[in-house]
Amino acid sequence: MVRLLRLLRSLLLAAGLASLGLPLAVQAEVPLPKVPEAQKRVSETQGCVEPVEVMRKKHYEFLEHQRDDTLRRGIRTRKYSLEECINCHVPPPESGKLVRIESKEHFCNSCHSYAAVHIDCFQCHRDTPLPGKVSGHKTGSRLLGTAPPTMESLKLASEGDVR
Amino acid sequence: MSDASKPEISRRRFIGGGAAAAAGLAIAPGVFLTEVSRARPADQPASAENRWGMLIDTTKCAEGCDACVRGCQQENGWGGPNSNEKHSSALQKSQWIRIVNVRDKETGFAATLPMMCQHCEHPPCVDVCPTGASMKRADGIVLVDRHICIGCRYCMMACPYKARSFVHEDLRDQLPTAPRGKGCVESCTLCVHRVDRDGPDAVPACAEACAAEGHDAFIFGDLNDPNSRISEALAKHGGTKIRDDLGLNQGVRYRGI
Repeated sequence: MVRLLRLLRSLLLAAGLASLGLPLAVQAEVPLPKVPEAQKRVSETQGCVEPVEVMRKKHYEFLEHQRDDTLRRGIRTRKYSLEECINCHVPPPESGKLVRIESKEHFCNSCHSYAAVHIDCFQCHRDTPLPGKVSGHKTGSRLLGTAPPTMESLKLASEGDVR
Repeated sequence: MSDASKPEISRRRFIGGGAAAAAGLAIAPGVFLTEVSRARPADQPASAENRWGMLIDTTKCAEGCDACVRGCQQENGWGGPNSNEKHSSALQKSQWIRIVNVRDKETGFAATLPMMCQHCEHPPCVDVCPTGASMKRADGIVLVDRHICIGCRYCMMACPYKARSFVHEDLRDQLPTAPRGKGCVESCTLCVHRVDRDGPDAVPACAEACAAEGHDAFIFGDLNDPNSRISEALAKHGGTKIRDDLGLNQGVRYRGI
């Protein structure tokens, strides 16, 4: 009953604000998804394999194209490989932090739950990096930051302390 | 037009050989400092120039040995003591490769052999698939495209070798090289991820496990290449296609049955 009253009140409030010409005030309260930061960068100048704006709009096209090329034709380039997405965007098991696809801290789910777009990829594909998997893309994976990687930093990356 | 007096060497193979000689630093004839991969580059598709196959010498199969099955389980993440299928019964659980005992009632001759997807040239599973999920690659490897498999299991009915399984429950922590999940049919992939990586030098996990056990009953290779180990063995000793009367021309052949 209390809930119903609360709902009624918020509806009235929203209606009131709308009638006052203040719909923006309501919209601004919608929280944006918190997308976790990637574990490493593709290069110093570029974070992901394509500029972020392109990835946001077209990542599913890249993935779908790659899936057919790989399975049906045996083309196994790594650039748009789902495995590499996971290796970079999900904490490695060595970090002691297990982030599953159901979690909103999982890179894919952080956005997909927000946008209410259901993905089936992880019914078959692994949602976390394989233990001991360090390397990223052949284009030269770099750790976050500007300094070139040292043995220390590579060790850190393999042990998963890099944020 | 090809000239019969010329040695049999294709343009591609000639160029490949030249590149191999340039890439691998030869310190003596036949001795290389670096091993040159004979696999095609990752961005090239599988080609019909190859037809991958396997010859299994059942006379080398030891009774009670299941090394190939365990090797496959480990490589592809199905079955075994750590199976991620927790709720399925023994009959429901996936089986990419299994050991079969055969016995001729008349003579009493018995043999043990591993049975898996035979990678037919004319696969019945592909014929019956209503969505096109069951498919044959250009190089003869028969696969299930789980992206479009609807789990109808027609292919399981059509396969004369009972090579396919259906996954009945939610799985997780699959291996990146072998994605698999509930509601889809699956079977032996001839370790396609290894074939794409190593080309003619690939060793499927079953063959690797068998060799490690000291039996070495498997020969993997290119049936289209007359100089491959498998073609030479087939030319010398022949090989049996199981249920050859069906005319499927399988890629997997057997000896000693």
